[in-house]
Amino acid sequence: MSAMTDCRRESRHPLLALDAVTKTFHERGVRGARVRAVDGVDLEVAAGETLGLVGETGCGKSTLARCMTRLYDLTSGAVYFDGEDITHHSRRALRPIRREMQMIFQDPYGSLNPRRRVGSIIGDPFVIHHVAGRRDRKTRVQELMEMVGLNPEHYNRFPAEFSGGQRQRIGVARALALQPRLLVCDEPVSALDVSIQAQILNLLSDLQEELGLTYVFITHDLSVVRHVSDRIAVMYLGRIVESAPTEEIFSTPRHPYTRALLSAVPIPDPDASDSRTTTLLPGDPPSAVDPPAGCHFHPRCPRAQERCSLDDPSLVPVLHDDVVHVTACHFPLHRGEELVGSEGQPRTDSETRS
Amino acid sequence: MALLEVSDLRVSFETADGVVEAVRGLSFSVDAGRTLGLVGESGSGKSVSTQTLTGLLPGARITGSATFDGIDLLQATQSELREIRGARIGMIFQDPLSSLHPLYTVGWQISEMIRAHRRMSRRAARTRAIELLRLVRIPDPARRVDDYPHQFSGGMRQRAMIAMAMALDPALLIADEPTTALDVTVQAQVLGVMSSVQREFGTAIVLITHDLGVVAEMADDVVVMYAGQAMERASRRELFYHPHHPYTRGLLASLPARGTGDRERLTPIAGSPPSLVGRLEPCPFVPRCPRAFDACRTTPPPPRPIPSAVRADSRGAAHLSACWLPPDHADEALPGAPRGPSASSAPEGVPAR
Repeated sequence: MSAMTDCRRESRHPLLALDAVTKTFHERGVRGARVRAVDGVDLEVAAGETLGLVGETGCGKSTLARCMTRLYDLTSGAVYFDGEDITHHSRRALRPIRREMQMIFQDPYGSLNPRRRVGSIIGDPFVIHHVAGRRDRKTRVQELMEMVGLNPEHYNRFPAEFSGGQRQRIGVARALALQPRLLVCDEPVSALDVSIQAQILNLLSDLQEELGLTYVFITHDLSVVRHVSDRIAVMYLGRIVESAPTEEIFSTPRHPYTRALLSAVPIPDPDASDSRTTTLLPGDPPSAVDPPAGCHFHPRCPRAQERCSLDDPSLVPVLHDDVVHVTACHFPLHRGEELVGSEGQPRTDSETRS
Repeated sequence: MALLEVSDLRVSFETADGVVEAVRGLSFSVDAGRTLGLVGESGSGKSVSTQTLTGLLPGARITGSATFDGIDLLQATQSELREIRGARIGMIFQDPLSSLHPLYTVGWQISEMIRAHRRMSRRAARTRAIELLRLVRIPDPARRVDDYPHQFSGGMRQRAMIAMAMALDPALLIADEPTTALDVTVQAQVLGVMSSVQREFGTAIVLITHDLGVVAEMADDVVVMYAGQAMERASRRELFYHPHHPYTRGLLASLPARGTGDRERLTPIAGSPPSLVGRLEPCPFVPRCPRAFDACRTTPPPPRPIPSAVRADSRGAAHLSACWLPPDHADEALPGAPRGPSASSAPEGVPAR
């Protein structure tokens, strides 16, 4: 099974392992469509590493995050945390596990109750899990506030009195309250301006070093994910299409989608921006309601051949001896090979005009 | 001569919290056929300043001048502005879904836009709409012209907005965060369409964005805004490779390093942007500035010329920085990793001083 080939490394078992995780949503009504948001994802996260999960809107990355933390029940597949199968754990059975894995969300406005004081928001996990008495709680909360760079004297303030960056620090403090081992961060800096974003990214990396945290870092921002991740998994329409150590993804992407995605990111460097060629993909990502047959990417893929519309490619090692770099493509790119036939539809369009 | 010349623009609003001075003395100019990037973080006044120009902010207190092709937009009457808006100045916004009417077909909306300004038959306007949709690379435009906005994807809607904005061949296109709501692969399509449309029509573009990557890709010249003021203005390469203002330098140093992929610490700007209610320090960046000194707290720094050190194209804008630090501050390496090509390209073409 490809999940097992993904990272069979020196460590005993991964901190988090997903085996063929699938999550299907049903639209309302008798004829409601079925949306397969996550479609058979295998993934492993080793203790202490940062796994970056990237993909565009609607690729299922946030759904996957909620499956791995069991905020959602799976449609099929299994989730293992520290070797323990938690797929069918009840809420009660999940409770001790929840202490060890926490989430940070994108919207520092929507994820904090505006009518409660910051001290009690951050202290909530202590109450829920019956740790720390009332008096002890305040000290612990203030320690947490200090740790994430908030002024402990602001214990009694409301979220509205904090800026966006500070609110995200509140979210981080709350997530760290119970000293988790795994932190799943869903677009933690996407709502922040760059100067503030850098503050939060530094905070997260300091905390990882101090506390030995493991991160799953979900984002659509490739420069952020490159900065934080040891390993990156790229998702497209519910599936992982490629996974490799960070630098390898960036230097030698094998999947045509990864390649196109990387080439589309604007680079804040004029010379680098001028000298590279952007591979324009035709069309838009298709809907997960009615995904294309075979490889989900084939209608937009410049390399697609007949086989791609028939066979699902499975996630396999790029080279026989390289089990860390896996890709799901029948015709993966060779090292240094250009993605030809780019610009697909737009090119055709301008040709018909002339 | 500049197509659009904005000088000392000031915009304020009455709010429950007091008077918000959103734009505080902004000056910039755009030449025909060029792209000016207006960058800044949330609340820096970049959108407000351009909305003011097109009369889209009723209720704001506005002073200063904005000369577009000989007309002062700030003094123009509503009916004069209506003539200019759409016909001479096209606009596209971040969210194409809320800028398109959901109950009319895309083609109808483009035709209507044309017929509001030009005498033209419905049939001719429709033909023109199809042409425009083809220009922005909407597949099968003759059929899609009768679609409603909800039948278009996000990227197609934004391209339809570009088609509408370009319908009357305006001299200036104001694009306010045109790709912020889009995924990167779709963003690349839309930016590509904007560039090709610009090449075809020779349109000047004011591109408002918070994304320095988009600026590096699209702009000829760049104005960096902070707290309603222009902190620095320069040609694109000069701004990225020879930045002078500590705010610009702070923004660039905050970006996750590209190329190297180093996991080293970023260099953020301390603190957060000031509230725009009430008085600011003479230089609004002082509270966050690592290099602030006495002069910064007593006298507002005017835009001062910085000798250009980077080979730019001949039409590049003069480099101006509203900062009291000596011009050679721009020669210092940025905090954090030195930015790739800057090291090699900076010395080249240094003017003899």
